[in-house]
Amino acid sequence: MSYIPNIVFAIFLALGIGYFTKNVKKLIRNIRLGKEADVDGDKGQRWKNMARIALGQTKMVVRPIAGLMHIIVYLGFIIINIEVLEIIIDGLLGTHRIFAFMGGFYDFLIGSFEILALLVIIAVIVFWIRRNMIKLQRFIKPEMQGWPKKDGNLILYIELVLMLLFLTMNATDYQLQQMGAEHYSEAGSFPVSQFIAPLFDGMSQATLIAVERSAWWLHILGILFFLNYLYFSKHLHILLAFPNTFYGKLKPNGQFSNVEAVTNEVKLMLDPSADPFAATAEDDEEPGKFGASDVMDLNWVQLMNAYTCTECGRCTSECPANQTGKKLSPRKIMMDTRDRLEEVGKNMDANGGTFEPDGKQLLDDYISREELWACTTCNACVEACPVSIDPLSIILEMRRFLVMEQSAAPSELNNMMGNLENNGAPWPFNQMDRLNWAQEA
Amino acid sequence: MNVPTMASLFAEGKQPEVLFWVGCAGSFDDRAKKITKAFVKILNQAKVSFAVLGTEESCTGDPAKRAGNEFLFQMQAMTNIEVMNGYEVKKVVTTCPHCFNTLKNEYPGLGGNYEVIHHTTFLKQLLEEGKISMEGGSYRGKRITFHDPCYLGRANGIFEAPRELIQKLDAELVEMKSCKKRGLCCGAGGAQMFKEPEEGKKDVNIERTEQALETQPEIIAAACPFCNTMMTDGVKNKEKEASIKVMDVAELIADAEDL
Ligand code: SF4
Ligand code: SF4
Repeated sequence: MSYIPNIVFAIFLALGIGYFTKNVKKLIRNIRLGKEADVDGDKGQRWKNMARIALGQTKMVVRPIAGLMHIIVYLGFIIINIEVLEIIIDGLLGTHRIFAFMGGFYDFLIGSFEILALLVIIAVIVFWIRRNMIKLQRFIKPEMQGWPKKDGNLILYIELVLMLLFLTMNATDYQLQQMGAEHYSEAGSFPVSQFIAPLFDGMSQATLIAVERSAWWLHILGILFFLNYLYFSKHLHILLAFPNTFYGKLKPNGQFSNVEAVTNEVKLMLDPSADPFAATAEDDEEPGKFGASDVMDLNWVQLMNAYTCTECGRCTSECPANQTGKKLSPRKIMMDTRDRLEEVGKNMDANGGTFEPDGKQLLDDYISREELWACTTCNACVEACPVSIDPLSIILEMRRFLVMEQSAAPSELNNMMGNLENNGAPWPFNQMDRLNWAQEA
Repeated sequence: MNVPTMASLFAEGKQPEVLFWVGCAGSFDDRAKKITKAFVKILNQAKVSFAVLGTEESCTGDPAKRAGNEFLFQMQAMTNIEVMNGYEVKKVVTTCPHCFNTLKNEYPGLGGNYEVIHHTTFLKQLLEEGKISMEGGSYRGKRITFHDPCYLGRANGIFEAPRELIQKLDAELVEMKSCKKRGLCCGAGGAQMFKEPEEGKKDVNIERTEQALETQPEIIAAACPFCNTMMTDGVKNKEKEASIKVMDVAELIADAEDL
């Protein structure tokens, strides 16, 4: 009989972790739909970037208030995981506060969790106010209507409830400890929940145990729910920020990739003596398509970027095109890419693992040409992103598709390119006049 | 003004230390030509051994690449690389951040390896080596704000060289609300220079000009021929061209030195 809670706990844990694993596999499969990415370069530098940007949150503090609040929630998240570990062991073994043997150190741990929990509650409230009452510009852009807005708020509610449950659990535990209830040996220190404890004054031991157990169960079930909610939320960044910053661009921002398949063809065109067979051999590896019109044409880092995007809108609020009222929003580029990738993934799930063409694509169905052509390639979005996402690289790949596959550049750009081809300058001037300025003293 | 070409030096069996890459704007655009000339005057004054490619120079391909035309870009790039490698070019200086970025970052992958320097960095070096002086005094105390070209600043991390030069003029450098890493684009990059902007509330160069005007400058300094054009248009749009000048850092120096 007395093993029932342990078994129930084990089942919930297995279900929670099982479903999470299933979704992680799906995530990895979807990201792998992307093409190979150029991720060479200094490993040491990559580790450093990850430590600095993801762990150290250096880019968060560019905006000090949001940055500080975010660091609190983040620390709370990480450190409270130690508490979760204890809960899991207790749940499986039927013990209570298994780490209590650590004595003074344990008191210190529980004490600091409580303080963090309080800080997290404050941060969550501030975040909620920023999102819903102050109406910060970047949270009310068109792409934030509907689910993204709900998602942003929902996570705040979940965090709030989890923290309140944690404190309630401790408060009743503290009461039970004072009563000397069996099982509830004195352990931990309760700098915050001791102030909640008086709420439970005068309750019977049985009621207290019921409250404590409920809070304990709801807390861990809430955490399992949270874990599984991640996949469907922008909060996937909690996990993906690490690989994402690791694989972030190391080259100077201004350096755009040189398309290798093009290099081979251009060499052939410029050098009539080149061996045509050598080129055919390489033709096998040719992508068959230049640029990107759908998510499978992007590389896997770009797809991981899409899943990592936090929808914070820092990119969009720095984007000169967006600031001046144009349709382009780099955040929307990332959200569209993720939405389309999810759609492709669902299509594959429904068709036994292969993608059945659905008559849709990222270009036009999600991202319009108007957005693509509004970009000045200024790298403001890349610089602003706190998790090393590169929306510009997607914009460029899609422009490549438009120009090289469809010849669909705006006509003025076609004029410019025509001039470049014929005169070696974007304007219709004669190459032979290039040095005229030297005579015009 | 002494402007040797690579071809003429080569015929004499000579090799300059540095190739001055003029760029399309610097060669053809009336406003940008003034920047080119100012820079050459400084090079002459400092007795720098340089040459230009002249009619053998062609666009680096930057606007084509950023518009998405990788073919055209690589055609341009490889043709240019062939010419430069033919002259055994080692070091390149340019007044255009777009040329700078492309030559420095994108040419090596196609076989063009040079030491590429933006003219503001180069001028700073000349100053440190004592080859130029900036005593002029005509800019003492003048309020100058500096507009960071995206392809110099954010794209390549060069923020200080132009600022140091402005400060060396004893001018008062005032920063706009968006500057350095968070500088706002002038609106010309990514081939936008060559097309009408998409519909919006206003044009990017107007927004940027407004930011510049907020600092109440006497001069808006830039270090890119495209930024220069965009900001000049912005100032005209605000009907401020009588009181506020848009100048390249090279022009400031040439002017201070009465060259
Ligand atoms: S690079 Fe393009 S999308 Fe990114 S901020 Fe600049 S204009 Fe916006
Ligand atoms: S791309 Fe980066 S900056 Fe933009 S919304 Fe996503 S996480 Fe934020």
